[in-house]
Formats: sequence, C-alpha cells, structure tokens
Amino acid sequence: MEVLAFLIPVSLFLGGIGLAAFFWSLRGKQYDDPEGDARRILSDDWDDHPKP
Amino acid sequence: MDGTVTPSVSACPACAVAPAAADVAAAARAADSAPVLLSVPGAHCALCISTLEKGLEKLPQVRSARVNLTLKRISVEAAPGVTAADLIPEVARLGYTAHELDSGMLRATGTDTTGRDLMMRMGVAGFAMMNVMLLSIAVWSGAQDATRDLFHWISAAIALPTIAFAAQPFFRSALAGFRAGQLNMDAPISLAILLAAGTSLYETWNSGEHAYFDAAVALTFFLLIGRFLDHRTRAVARSAAQELAALEVPRALRLTGAGEAVVPVAELAVGDLVRVLPGARVPADGVVEDGTSEIDRGLLTGESLPAFAGPGTALAAGEMNLTGPLVLRVTAAGRDSSLHRMADLVAVAEAGRGRYTSIADRIVKYYAPGVHILAGLSWAGWMLYAGDMRQATNIAAAVLIITCPCALGLAVPAVMTAASGRLFRRGVLIKDGTALERLAEVDTVVFDKTGTLTEGRPEPTNLGEHPRETVAVALALAAGSSHPLARALAEAATSMGIGPAAVTELREVPGYGVEGRFGERSVRFGRAAWVGAEAGADTAAWLRIGQEPPREFTFADRLRDGAAETVQALVARGLRVELLSGDAEAPVAALAQRLGIEHWRAGVLPAEKADRVARLTAEGRKVLMVGDGLNDTAALAGAHVSISPATALDAARTASDIVLMGGTLTPVAETVETSRRAIRRIRENIGISNVYNLIAVPLAVVGLCTPLIAALAMSSSSITVTLNALRLRR
Repeated sequence: MEVLAFLIPVSLFLGGIGLAAFFWSLRGKQYDDPEGDARRILSDDWDDHPKP
Repeated sequence: MDGTVTPSVSACPACAVAPAAADVAAAARAADSAPVLLSVPGAHCALCISTLEKGLEKLPQVRSARVNLTLKRISVEAAPGVTAADLIPEVARLGYTAHELDSGMLRATGTDTTGRDLMMRMGVAGFAMMNVMLLSIAVWSGAQDATRDLFHWISAAIALPTIAFAAQPFFRSALAGFRAGQLNMDAPISLAILLAAGTSLYETWNSGEHAYFDAAVALTFFLLIGRFLDHRTRAVARSAAQELAALEVPRALRLTGAGEAVVPVAELAVGDLVRVLPGARVPADGVVEDGTSEIDRGLLTGESLPAFAGPGTALAAGEMNLTGPLVLRVTAAGRDSSLHRMADLVAVAEAGRGRYTSIADRIVKYYAPGVHILAGLSWAGWMLYAGDMRQATNIAAAVLIITCPCALGLAVPAVMTAASGRLFRRGVLIKDGTALERLAEVDTVVFDKTGTLTEGRPEPTNLGEHPRETVAVALALAAGSSHPLARALAEAATSMGIGPAAVTELREVPGYGVEGRFGERSVRFGRAAWVGAEAGADTAAWLRIGQEPPREFTFADRLRDGAAETVQALVARGLRVELLSGDAEAPVAALAQRLGIEHWRAGVLPAEKADRVARLTAEGRKVLMVGDGLNDTAALAGAHVSISPATALDAARTASDIVLMGGTLTPVAETVETSRRAIRRIRENIGISNVYNLIAVPLAVVGLCTPLIAALAMSSSSITVTLNALRLRR
C-alpha cells in the first residue's frame, strides 16, 4: 500500500490544477454569457483572422 | 422577494423628479467612458449576434459592439456623446427592437459579484466532494484500521476548510435568521453540516468506523447549486426589469416675463404659465389660457378618441398634446396633481394585497422545527436506550443529513430557473420571485382595452368605400399633420399605392383639422362640426371638397397582435375573462364582441378598476390583471398577479409582476400554462424527496444508516428532482 503515499498527493495535485483552471476561467468572465458563447462557435466571421 | 417594487415613488414621475434628474446628470457625466447598453429582447441565434455586431460596428461613431445573448443585451463602445437614443433606430434598421438600459444603475449589477462568489464556492465544494467521495469509496469497500484512519484524516483535511469557506452563505443566513428570531431553511442546513463535520472529526480522532465528511461536503455542494440557480434567475430578471429606464425626464417650458425657461416639473408652482408643445405631455394639472389643440387622454383614462382643448379646458398631468401649442395656467402641481393622487391609489391597492407566502416558505415553517425535533428525539431515545453519548450523537447527525432539505433548496430553484428561462426566451420577464406561483392560482383575467388588447393606434376601416381621388385629397391634407388619425390615414393610403393630390395653401387649424385649396375648391379635413357634418358614433374624421356633402373616414383601434388568440386560449382553459375600459361604450362593446368577451364595462374610472379587482378578490377569485396605462396601475398593484406590455407606462410596469418584452400578447396564455406546470413540478419534487426520506429516515433513526446509504439517498434524490425540473425546458 506504499503506492498510496504517491497516488493520493498526485490525485489531489491534479484535482488542484482543475480547480485553478476553474478559478482562472471565472476571473476571465467566461461564464457571463454561456448562451452567446454556445452560439458564437457556429459563426465563421472570425475563422480566418482574429477579431481586431 | 427582490423587493424592487416602490410604487409610491415611481408611479408618480413628477414627484420623484429631483432625485431622478440628479441621477441622470450623474449618469451623463459617467457615460462618456461607459458603454451604451441596450436591451434586445428579439436576439436569439448565432446569426442575430453577427448581424447586430457587424451592423453596429459599420457605423462610424461605434468603436465596438458586443452582444450578450444570455441577458439579451448589447454593450456598445461608442464615441463620446453617442446615446442609446441615437443607436435604437440603427438597431431597428437591422430588424430588432431595442430598449434603453440605464447604464448608471447597471454598474451595480453589471459585474455580478455575488454570482461569481457563489460560483467560486460551488467550484471549491465540487472539487472537495469529488476527492472526498473517492476516498470514501475506499472506506465503503472495506478499508480497515490504519488505512481507514488515514483516509478519514485526509478527508477531514479536505472537508473542514471547504466547509469553512463554501458553506458560509448558509451560516450567515441562518445567523441572520436567528437574530431576527426566525428559524429559516438555512438553520437545519447549517446544523446538519456542522454536526456531521463535528461528529466525524470526533469519530476520526477515536478511530471510529463511520465518518460523514463526504455527506457534509456533498450537502454543501448541492445546496450551493440551488442557491446559485436562484440567484441567477433573479439577477437576470432584476437587471432587465429594473433598468428599462424611462426615457423622458419630466421637464416643462415655463413662461416668464423674460421668455421661456426649461425647468424640472417639480419646480412648477400653482399659477405658473407653461407652454405645452404638440407631441409633449402635459406637465401639471391646469387650465388652458391660450391656443387650441386636441389632446390624447388614452394613457390616463383609456379613451381612444382625442378630445378638443381650447381656452378654459381643464387638463390633467400626463395627457398628450397632439396638434397645436397650448399655454396652460397651473392649478395643481407636485403632490396635489392628479398624477400624484393616482400614486396614492396605487399605495392603497398595494396595502390591500395580502402578503403572499411562497410554497417553499410555507413548507419550511413546518419542516425546520420538525427536523430538529426528530433529530432531538432520536438522540434522547438512544441516550435512554443505550446511554452512549457518542452513538446517540452519531445517529442524530445521520438523521439531520438524511432529511437534508434538498427538495426545497435545490428543487424549487431548479424548477423556477427552468420555467423563467423558458419564458425569458419567449420575451416574458418575471420580475417577482413568487409571481409564477401566484399566476398558477389565477382563475380570472381582467384586461384593459386601449394599449393592451389594442395597440392604442387607430386604423382606417372604410378607406375602400371612397373613390381614389377623394382619398388622394384626404392624404394630401393628412400628410402634413401629426394628429394620430391623420397619420394613420396617410400610412394606410400610402400603402394602398395612392399618392397625394395637388392641394395647395395647406394650413393646420389646431384643434379642428387641416384645410387647403384643391384646384378651385376649398377643402377641409377634420372634426365633424368644423367640416359641417353630423358626428356619428364611430371614431371618424370628415372630408369636405368644395360644396360636396362631407365624407366620413371611420377609424378603429388596431388589435394588438395575438389578442384574439390569447382571449380564446384563456377562455378555453376555463378562465373568466373580463374587459374594463375607461373608453366610451361603443368601441368597448365592439371590441368585446369581436374578441368574444362576455363580461365588459366601459367608462370605468381608475378607482373603479381597482374596486372591481378588489371585489373579485373578495369573492374568492384570484385575479390576473393585464394593463398598460396609468389608469390601470392601481388595479395592477391590487390584483393577485399582474402583467404589462413593454410599451406600458413606467408606473404600470413597476406595479406589475411580469413584463412582456415583445409587441404581442400571445405569451400571456403560455405563461399561465407554464406557471401551472412549474407548480406541478415543484409539488412532484417535494413528493419525490419525501419518498426518499420515508425510506431513509427510519433507517437513520434505528441506527442502521451508514455513510454509504446517506450518500446514496442524498445524491439520488438531488439528481431526480433536478432532472424532473429540467423537463420544463422542453
């Protein structure tokens, strides 16, 4: 069972990365318009070059 | 719920003018850098986003535009000085209706810090729940001794800080409840979380078998979801409803010895002389000193026919001047004006409406003490039976966890979110948290006529009966006037492909009509008496060419889109439909017959409307009032629940619980239907969670409930109620 000594910290660390990513996306206002973001992916307006 | 209804202030634009003017001035200063915000209820698809953003960004004065489809809003970065009023026509050219949003008020709600805060706590609780659950699975599947203790300790290390951070909203609300001497829903929740965490820590310390860290964290997570949904629904509705800002700041043109000065309406005093231009609202009650014109009393009384105004005519604040400039001597201003008396009427009606207790509140009243008593009894029973404090406390904690109010904390917000989201997509804005529940109980619908069932805009009805040349002459005369009948005639004639005849020497005689010369003959278009005709029962304008007998052009108020279907659908559902109008008997009777409304009354005063609603309520009926005018506000405020169209006066919108954003009435029937389904879902959900409780609570009381059973019961009941709620979205 010594493997637990590695596996538990590793799994917590990986989960922590996910949590950090969630915080980052929250700070970036990515949840302000879920409906709009779901539709924007369908438009090809800025496919070739990014929006200026 | 969100407590935004302040009728005593907003039902009376005139008396709140000083602070409002100050707000507007402050907003104007800040607006230089702030984006212009517009509400676009019609936006619904990917194409709408492209059309609106690209269309607006083509304009030279616009730097960038961004559509928020969730809130149905555009935020436009524009050159300094560009206002919403400049952009609304541009948006209309792209094919969308836009309303102004007050960016000053939005700044408070724009960055939704409470929502983000709740989401952050939700993320932390979700992360902790996943990890603690994984560790718990090892324990459930048979980890022993040192391994079990290690896993419990790690769970504790994750769960305790999580609870301390993520469950704060519940602790705070429970504490606030205690201070107010009330046992709210958060009291049993907080107690369950704290007791579960406390006993689990004690058990872990003593190498015990059962720890409920997973349950404590899962409870926090599920209830935070409910809290977040609740917040989101209300934030969307509040931000959109509150900030449909009234465009006009009430101002008046005061005549002084030195000339004219623009002053806020609040500064008018009795005896002042005021000039009222055509197209403007009368700022205060008064008597006409000079000039003739016609006035539209539609929003105040519901009359559809413009009335004549000349020297000596008494006018009331809020009426619209149509054709000629008037000079008015103020007889009552501010608190004494008829507008303010209307506000008093609203306040009285509001007081008459009983405080509604929502389903959730009604259940919590029994639930919160019941759960505490049950847990206390099982603790006392086990103390008497076994005398083991540790065992008794463990069992009490298990009872509290099992009876977790997920059905109330998660199921009600989930249903409300699904229902109001569905209605929001159809252009229905729910302003009040309990509006849907109240709407579901409705058995009587009272409609206003002008502006609600009709658009308040006349439409010619007998244009086809006149020769084309005659219509061409009428068109030439009407085209120069801003009178609503003239404009309606001009619009209809132009759309029939008729061009104006060559009429010269056009002259508008305010209050009477328009005259001119057609070839050799003089022509007149206007009031019956002025043209030399006998006035009939219908709304009409008369045309006389030379010495020919006058011709009558009749008009009828145009039906609002969806009015007929709505009335039919409501009657088909077994609701009693009534029509109360301040208009004259003939047009009201005609409309009632056209729509198939059996019960109608004409010439109803504002106070009588409120009385009628109160009488229906006294008969035990639950009344839905649909209206738009100032004369409806008291009835809107007094009814069990009320709906107003977006075109309604600010005061009417504030007094009502639900606002229709589109131009059609069709959603009314669907809103009633959806509200009934939502309430059925809530009842089902409460039933479902009670079934889970019936199975699991006896197990918990007799001490057979393991953390595994607690986790299963809690998760499966939460998931079932959420799925059941989501069925509403279809």
